[in-house]
Amino acid sequence: MSYWEGLAITAGINVIMVLGVTVLLGFTGLFTFGHAGFVAIGAYVSALASLKLGTPLPVSLLLGVLATVLCTLPIGFPTLRLKGEYFVVASLGVGEIIGRLIENFDSITGGARGLPGIPVKTDLWVTLAFVALCVWLVSNFRRSKYGRNCEAIRDNEMAASCIGINPFKYKMIALIISGALGGLGGGLLAHYVGLLSPSMFGIARSTDMTIMVIFGGLGSITGSVVATIILSILPEFLRFAAEWRLVFYGVAVIALMIVRPSGLFGNKELSFDFLKRLTRRPITGVRNSGNGESSDGQ
Amino acid sequence: MAQFGLFIQQMVNGLSIGGVYGLSAIGYALIYSVFGFSNFVHGEFTMVGAFVALFTASSLNAPFAVSVLAGMAGAAITAVLVERVAYSPLQNRRAPSLYFFVSAMGMSILLQNLGIVTLGATFRTFPLKLPIETIRFGNISVGAIDILTFFLSICGVFLLEAILKYTRTGRAIRAVAYDSYAASLMGINISRTSMAVFLLAGLLAGLSGVLRGVSYTIYPTMGSIVIKIWVCAILGGLGSVSGAFVGGILLGVIETLVSGYISSSYRDVFTFVLLIAVLLIRPAGLMGKTVEEKA
Repeated sequence: MSYWEGLAITAGINVIMVLGVTVLLGFTGLFTFGHAGFVAIGAYVSALASLKLGTPLPVSLLLGVLATVLCTLPIGFPTLRLKGEYFVVASLGVGEIIGRLIENFDSITGGARGLPGIPVKTDLWVTLAFVALCVWLVSNFRRSKYGRNCEAIRDNEMAASCIGINPFKYKMIALIISGALGGLGGGLLAHYVGLLSPSMFGIARSTDMTIMVIFGGLGSITGSVVATIILSILPEFLRFAAEWRLVFYGVAVIALMIVRPSGLFGNKELSFDFLKRLTRRPITGVRNSGNGESSDGQ
Repeated sequence: MAQFGLFIQQMVNGLSIGGVYGLSAIGYALIYSVFGFSNFVHGEFTMVGAFVALFTASSLNAPFAVSVLAGMAGAAITAVLVERVAYSPLQNRRAPSLYFFVSAMGMSILLQNLGIVTLGATFRTFPLKLPIETIRFGNISVGAIDILTFFLSICGVFLLEAILKYTRTGRAIRAVAYDSYAASLMGINISRTSMAVFLLAGLLAGLSGVLRGVSYTIYPTMGSIVIKIWVCAILGGLGSVSGAFVGGILLGVIETLVSGYISSSYRDVFTFVLLIAVLLIRPAGLMGKTVEEKA
């Protein structure tokens, strides 16, 4: 597996995981620091399925996703009632709890020593296929009634509930989808790296994913994808700068908030409409409203 | 009887740790109650305080009290700089608290890694030359520094409440906390008041950082304790300074009891489960003010 392939696979897996955060944070407005916990569940369950049960990759991934989704239910019921700030802390707690539990059940999970020897089955085509699938699913979700309701809740929860949207129900749906995506990403990660350890799934990981969504622009799938790819690949190119890398990362985040807090894409999407408009010839006598605008993903 | 003695010792240990948490949480809660966002960089303020104190003590051979004051000053200066660079541009634009939070995260990453790059990630110990190290009451032993920390935490709470109540700056701070727009209309300089808040928070953070560094070790990522501080502030009720202190004590005691009697590896699990339980049962925390969301 060449260096570039590896880089592309890493970026692709990150995109899938970050799409999970996009659904929760970008669409529904729930700031989360516990996403790495869902990724961990998916990773460990699918790894254990491959190792102990010898299942093929699709089945392992499916088991990982199912396990994660099952876990989102008991997590969602208590925490989704919490408002704003409190949900953030609860999500942090959930992420930490999952991490500690993985460490403590070390007879099954290998604990802090790690879970080695996972068969490496993720390759570029598998990753790209899943990335395409997830992007398609998430953009369909956004354009559906569910997506619109989630965005309504994000923009003004009280108003949304006044017109009949049940905030808890849609938040739960968003959480389940977020968990499924995280679990899928985790499963792919496990079968790419071949080794799992709880330290891979801590607060730093969750924070990175959340920052990727903010970089790209809350509510924009294109933004999340592009920002994730950039932030996954950039560290490789900045390797020469070693520890200063992270210092620049911090500076970049602050600068982003001051200069362009809406992120790279704001809440706009790249769509086929936009590409068609670029190739459209202007009707003579009528002024074009200008090229280069991206349209909303409607 | 020995069991009871052990329990008392555990409680004392818990109160010691609680004192450290409490002192850190006070400054944190102050910023939350005035600005309404979680200042994630607070941990780094404590880290700067600890390192400044370390350098004055080891390189300049300053006496302990001077090192402490130097640490507090260093942390306060850092806090004001952070406010100027990372927060006031957002404040001027009335940005939602989300942006402050993200900016805080960025600042935290920046300072932590700046520390790692410039100072090295090794753990350092503070060269302490105190005459008394541990005090014993019968079978119970408690560190002299721990008593000092606890005492200073309580002093910090009272001092802060006094400043807020009786000084002009304190009144300005309370006005800004209540309604910053109206306060500015009344002629209060928001910019200066913000700096004052961060100065105070920085001083307290610096003090807690120094004391924590003295009791334990000093290293660039010691600011990661901010998550526990956050939990303390929430337990006690976001928006209440004395509540944060109580939350800190509570967290310290619970952590120690769980470590001692159940299992030290499940300690953090318990902390967060407790946190979620508190948030569900009494979301305002122990002493917080319940604020209804306005449409």
